[in-house]
Amino acid sequence: MSSSAQPSTAELRQPDVPDSFAAVMRQRVEALKAGDVGSLPVIIFMVAIVVFFTLKVNVFFTAVNFDNLLPQMTQVTVMAIGVVFVLLIGEIDLSIGYLSGLCSVVLAELQLPGSGHHYAWWIAILGAVAVGAFIGAVQGSIVAFLGVPSFVVTLAGLLAWQGVIIQALGTQGVITVYDRQINDVSNYFFSNRFGWGLASLVTAGFVLIAAGRVISRRRAGLRVGNVVVLLFPVIVWSTAAWLAVAVANHDRGVPFAGVLMVALLVFWTYVAQRTTFGRHVYAVGGNAEAARRAGINVAFIRVAVFTISGAMAAVGGIVAASFLQSVDLTAGSGTILLDAIAAAVIGGTSLFGGRGFVKAALLGALITQTAQNGIDLVGYSDAVKDVVVAVILLAAVTLDTVSRRRLARAGR
Amino acid sequence: MATTAPILELRGITKTFGSVQALENVDFEVRSGEVMALVGDNGAGKSTLIKSVAGIYPIDAGEIRFDDRKVGVHGPKDAARLGIEVVYQDLALCDNLDVVQNMFLGREVHSPLFRLRESPMEQRTAETLKSLSVTTIRSIRQPVASLSGGQRQSVAVARAVLWNSRVVILDEPTAALGVAQTRQVLDLVQRLAEQGLGVVLVSHNLNDVFEVATRITVLRLGRSVGVYEREHTTQQEIVSAITFGVSDGKTAT
Repeated sequence: MSSSAQPSTAELRQPDVPDSFAAVMRQRVEALKAGDVGSLPVIIFMVAIVVFFTLKVNVFFTAVNFDNLLPQMTQVTVMAIGVVFVLLIGEIDLSIGYLSGLCSVVLAELQLPGSGHHYAWWIAILGAVAVGAFIGAVQGSIVAFLGVPSFVVTLAGLLAWQGVIIQALGTQGVITVYDRQINDVSNYFFSNRFGWGLASLVTAGFVLIAAGRVISRRRAGLRVGNVVVLLFPVIVWSTAAWLAVAVANHDRGVPFAGVLMVALLVFWTYVAQRTTFGRHVYAVGGNAEAARRAGINVAFIRVAVFTISGAMAAVGGIVAASFLQSVDLTAGSGTILLDAIAAAVIGGTSLFGGRGFVKAALLGALITQTAQNGIDLVGYSDAVKDVVVAVILLAAVTLDTVSRRRLARAGR
Repeated sequence: MATTAPILELRGITKTFGSVQALENVDFEVRSGEVMALVGDNGAGKSTLIKSVAGIYPIDAGEIRFDDRKVGVHGPKDAARLGIEVVYQDLALCDNLDVVQNMFLGREVHSPLFRLRESPMEQRTAETLKSLSVTTIRSIRQPVASLSGGQRQSVAVARAVLWNSRVVILDEPTAALGVAQTRQVLDLVQRLAEQGLGVVLVSHNLNDVFEVATRITVLRLGRSVGVYEREHTTQQEIVSAITFGVSDGKTAT
């Protein structure tokens, strides 16, 4: 990247890769002015919610509540990961609520003693995930190959799977989950030492990633960039991990559900950011025609994304069944569908495709679930809860729309 | 500079859409190191012709020859395998992806487990842009949405040459550009030919065509009118060929 070439047009500028910390910060501020808000609104929302409820109720800012919150929000986060993928290709999946319910019915049936189809816990879990993935693939195929809008296909799914749940549970109305391993998904807490080990693992992982990046860029003769910028995610996520473990250890320890959630977030972030598949998902969402002309199998990407959505809905259903230690007629009903979509959107995933990150699922779920948890503790009614989530959702989407317009105007 | 044998040769290409005859017995060729302009009025069949070569439309009759061998082009991948790259009018870039990601879209460098290898991709992008003297792009890690029209066109062209391609087809590359940016792209077109590629330039703008083209093929109503040497023709002659289809025997069709 030398600048020895003679300028042939007035437009020519020196390549300027920011290296100093000040230059990086200046660039961030400029991007912010142009409408690229990043995770800033999420952080502001989060701080506001935490401060508000801490002042309002004593039990809110406690280790006990933190340990309660994690398993509660796992279902939403996990399902929101699937939603992020679906939104990234510019589609929608309305079926995930009842699909998660249906998968929890499958799970409950497969672990039911004396039912004639009583299998080991891991078979029940795999079975539930397989059913979710298969149904997602079928819905995705109708979208990808027949061109039916995903809104309609998955709306049909929403209605159909609700019916199937009622039909399946019809006579008894509820199945108790007896299996200990399955119930442990939402109710097991690791020892303190194991928790610290996990935090160390997170730090080590981020350090390794940063080091790998430096080595690979050095080897390719590319500029490494600013050290502070490189270390920023290492510091932020390590701190978050150590803080979370410290707080959890103060109560019962790190919940298995929390570890499952983080593991899935890490895995799907890897898939989205570091694999050819993830790259193609972004490409299909950004410009499907360009993706097709570049030789990407757009239909395969669409089917795969709906399969992911279905599988993650199934995992959400498993977490929910384990949390309640039973599956009843309300499985997958209520606000779970909208909570998951809202979490993905509030976390910063664009509804218009191609923009967003898997971590949006966590950020959005943190905001909505923390708010709902706080409202519960204060003792407000569910009606208040709905209105508050609605306001946050509307604010987040408005912000996305406005920032998009400003980005377009700034030519970014 | 141009060698005599054509690198890409189309013979008797025919294509119909339902009852509409889009191309009828069209011949076309391009040699290494030359810029072959493809001109014609709206509906003359320019786009259909290049889409046939690119493997987007299957042809009904005729043959495509590459390096003097008959080849079948049944999809974009076939064309890419031969070394034919098309830069479309609507650019076919993903706005949400950065320059490197767009350059390698669909052909990412990856390890056996589909893990992306960013460093080599970034390195080769920088090299390719440099070899084409594209120096106006500030960072190859910025999203394409933030680039100007000329820069976007440069990225699209650079992507086409990244793959050791031998024929690059440019569909109206200067259509939406201002004066300075048009200059930039025409320079780029010339550099491609200088590097020994066969360049096909589809354009409405005869000024652009006369500036960079070696030869000019005129299409009219789905038929070839003729092939003209730029040095031995005038804009008036080309305009009348486009409008009235007068072929004065420069090349029989």
